Amino acid sequence: VGQCVRPACRAGGAETPAPTAAPTMPATCSACGSSPAALRRPKTGHALCRACFLAAFEEETHRAIVAGRLFRPGETVAIGASGGKDSTVLAHLLQLLDQRHGYGLHLLLLSVDEGITGYRDASLAAVRRHQRRSGLPLHVVSYRQLYGWSMDRIARHLGPRNNCTFCGVFRRQALDRGALLMGADKIATGHNADDVAETVLMNFLRGDVGRLRRGAGAGPAGGEGAVPRCKPLRHAYEKEIVLYAYFQGLDYFSTECVYAPQAYRGYARALLKDLEAARPSAVADLGHSGERLSLRPDLRLPARGTCQRCGYVASQPLCKACVLLEGLDRGLPKLGIGKYRRLRDKLRDGQPLTQEERRRLGAPAEGEPSEEQEPRGEPGTDEEPWGRRELRVPRDLDF
Amino acid sequence: CTSGLRACFPSPKMAAPVSLLVEFGGGAELLFDGIKKHQVTLPCQPEPWDIRNLLKWIKQNLLKERPELFIQGDTVRPGILVLINDADWELMGELDYKLQDQDNVVFISTLHGG
Repeated sequence: VGQCVRPACRAGGAETPAPTAAPTMPATCSACGSSPAALRRPKTGHALCRACFLAAFEEETHRAIVAGRLFRPGETVAIGASGGKDSTVLAHLLQLLDQRHGYGLHLLLLSVDEGITGYRDASLAAVRRHQRRSGLPLHVVSYRQLYGWSMDRIARHLGPRNNCTFCGVFRRQALDRGALLMGADKIATGHNADDVAETVLMNFLRGDVGRLRRGAGAGPAGGEGAVPRCKPLRHAYEKEIVLYAYFQGLDYFSTECVYAPQAYRGYARALLKDLEAARPSAVADLGHSGERLSLRPDLRLPARGTCQRCGYVASQPLCKACVLLEGLDRGLPKLGIGKYRRLRDKLRDGQPLTQEERRRLGAPAEGEPSEEQEPRGEPGTDEEPWGRRELRVPRDLDF
Repeated sequence: CTSGLRACFPSPKMAAPVSLLVEFGGGAELLFDGIKKHQVTLPCQPEPWDIRNLLKWIKQNLLKERPELFIQGDTVRPGILVLINDADWELMGELDYKLQDQDNVVFISTLHGG
């Protein structure tokens, strides 16, 4: 873009008008009273300078960890690391606070490779860069190894919708399995206040009473999986996490997952952003409501049991991951999506399905060649196109 | 000023051209051909350059695709942070901030996975 050629404009001489108002300068930091403020904190409206903000954010995270009794000395904590902003800030903070306050933790990075070309391979590169800078051990578990199905392959069979259902269910188990293999006592994830607020909204919108009972997704720790989890950043606003990373110069990866545009969470997120614009405390308040929710005592809710096939936590005879995999392996990818109880019972009882029933469950149309099953990676070899050496997972994982 | 084709008539009411470094991050750069840093010069015009006008200019001159992911109405889409000289635009008057020569404006999207 060129500059104005007229000498008068370039020289800024007499013909250039004086500014109509003094340049806007930000307010002074309300904490130290000396430096100019760099941000206005969404929850409180206070204006803080860069240094005071960084210090406050770190201190508040430390207090949340202590008050929530999230860790015990000597524990091994697997940090769910995706390469994105939240998990990058989480890993940076946990390492810093562990050193500063002597938590006495063994920290490691745990990444899940869902097999999404163009998305996950790039973000895992960011995790590896973090690993090199931080010196923390890194382990990667992949869907292909664990389940024999990458997300790319699932999406080819399933179509553009419902991919997030598979991915979320598989990731939860993948993190648990990875953590157990690493001997971790706990998993820490980077969920922030916005994530929690969105989950509360989604659970309400879907009438998911089971999850509403469990705190609607809010609350410090989850005991639903095989390994206890915690969310040290659950009170931190997404805006502050982004600015913390920006001011600290942290390197993270950000792109929307290619399968996400249709995800229901996107609607909850858009709603939350509009609510936040009108009243910034809405984000924290939604989490507050979720944590303090209690349900009518006369409600009949699913009981916690174990999956008959893999032993994972489940409220049905088969866990959700096994149901989803069953559908994929049989060429009926929609078996686990939607209410097909009657058809699932038919399959379980060994009865054949009609062509129409198979079609409703997502079977390929007649005449379409069915794909050969993707082989599981052989331990010790590099089967992935990017040549990564995966964590070796025993075939018959049993716990 | 605008493209060298129209004469710029200096008068007390004209705002001088403004050079800026405009940056996009957090995934927002994908709407701008993946380019994060843009050195721009805003041309002379009668109205002073503020963020509101800058957004219109960006939409016309820099944005390559899907404007609804960056702009909503006359402001940025909720979830996009704006920093002016490394300070939160909420402290600087948001859309009404009057741009100064050599200012740095950063747009960071918060809307992607973590």
